[in-house]
Amino acid sequence: MSLLSTRGLSRSFSGLRAVHEVDFALPEGEIRALIGPNGAGKTTFVSLLCGRIPPSSGQVIFDGQDISALPAHRRIALGMAYTFQITSVFSRLSVYENVALAARRRVAGRAAVDRAVMRALEQAGLHDRPDQAAGDLSYGHQRLLEIAMGLAQAPRLLILDEPTQGLADSEVAAFKALIRELKATTTILLIEHNMSVVMETADRVTVLNFGEILAEGTPQQIHANAEVQAAYLGTG
Amino acid sequence: MSETTKIVALHGGLLVLLVTLQFLLPAYHHGNLARIMVLASFAIGYNVMFGYTGLLSLGHALFFAAGMYGMGLAVQYAGAGPVVALLAGLAVSVVVALVVGLLALRTAGVGFMIVTLMFAQAGYLTILYFTTWTRGDEGLVLQQAQRTIGSLDLSQPGPRYFAALLLFAICFLVTLWMVRAPFGKVLIAIRENEERARMLGYDVFRYKLAAVVISGTLCGLSGAAYGLLFGYVGATFASVQYSIFPLLWVLLGGAGTVIGPLVGTLFMFYLIDLSSSVTSAYMLVAGVVLVLLTLFAPQGLVGELRARVWRWLP
Repeated sequence: MSLLSTRGLSRSFSGLRAVHEVDFALPEGEIRALIGPNGAGKTTFVSLLCGRIPPSSGQVIFDGQDISALPAHRRIALGMAYTFQITSVFSRLSVYENVALAARRRVAGRAAVDRAVMRALEQAGLHDRPDQAAGDLSYGHQRLLEIAMGLAQAPRLLILDEPTQGLADSEVAAFKALIRELKATTTILLIEHNMSVVMETADRVTVLNFGEILAEGTPQQIHANAEVQAAYLGTG
Repeated sequence: MSETTKIVALHGGLLVLLVTLQFLLPAYHHGNLARIMVLASFAIGYNVMFGYTGLLSLGHALFFAAGMYGMGLAVQYAGAGPVVALLAGLAVSVVVALVVGLLALRTAGVGFMIVTLMFAQAGYLTILYFTTWTRGDEGLVLQQAQRTIGSLDLSQPGPRYFAALLLFAICFLVTLWMVRAPFGKVLIAIRENEERARMLGYDVFRYKLAAVVISGTLCGLSGAAYGLLFGYVGATFASVQYSIFPLLWVLLGGAGTVIGPLVGTLFMFYLIDLSSSVTSAYMLVAGVVLVLLTLFAPQGLVGELRARVWRWLP
């Protein structure tokens, strides 16, 4: 059964159809990559999923429940997590406190929060610097902190918006390993430009173009799809 | 020494110092400090919203006056004793803060500043409109007999200092506890990045409303105490000036620090006090010092201290 699906989901910005009539289904336990050229509507689409912006029309169904009318924080409480494309950490708080803010939505008590935080920091590879102010971290480490905050929420659906942007090669490799490790417990929707990450981690790939689904299939199918190549190369 | 030990030592030490000063200060400064502690409690309340939650209100005179008039009217027309009157002032400020919060939080940024300013002006004009009861500009003077709890005469310097210190200690410790608790961390998170806090699953509106109510309540309590301790309840305290004062005190002392409001209030009070003994152009002196501080210590006195030396300051 699908953990998340949409029916006729649309959003226009003063006449511009950013997302148009999208029917999308994401089965539980799958890692799905969402790709598409710049301006294809990827971030708008996931923002509609997690309630950051309201849809013009259409429905979002999560775990069998129509959540279209729920505000963002209620959707998060149902088990969604969203990490931002533009790094968006609490820069004047410590790394630890950033992750603790995420963890406290799920667990109570100082010891339990502490365990959850340290586990998330370890998974993201930031366990050696819990006391550092988040704003003092390098850009790559701030991206990892974003991911750690997502992990600490232990969501059923983790939406990652360009998580590897700005990471060093070694960090990208660690990220791929982390995603594979999470697969057992978490459904993941991944917006990604780095094709090696898409090819090596995703079970299936959805391609958006001009706010509509252009193609969907395994990474190999998408790789070989002429329409997708045309959309990316702009010769369609 | 652990961080918690340092925090307890510093904040506890400050309270002990204030207790000790009661016995050491000459009469003039003793009276000043009692007044400063009540005003600093007002600033502490303001700081909960501005310093920790990032909500800039230009209408906090409304909460101060709500507490003050809630108390004063209860004494004057219902014959309430000081304790009951204080509770009445507290209740009025909670209700006013809740209503203002529910309406004003529909706006943000500049809109929020304007809406809170308008509410405060409406409150000020309401007090003047019902001048038959509020005595408007002239104000209500509370008699000594109306300010006595048992054998404790709040119009006398000793009990008054003690009461002001008690009020200050309550506001001070409540904020200290709050900003170190998970609740306070969420407020700080909202200040730092509201959208991110929402996307972690926090109901941002409810947290902000709670901040407004806590802030309004502390300010209302301070207003009620001010009227009771100094025996005067007047419309001046609802004027725009009293919305700007707490903002200045907090900015000078250090927004988002627990001891900043006291330091800022103390500094501003004595800046005006000392400069006015030297020249009649004392506002000019105050203005120049404020400009210098804004230039060289933009985070306020305690804020700079935290940025440079004591990074652990809450």
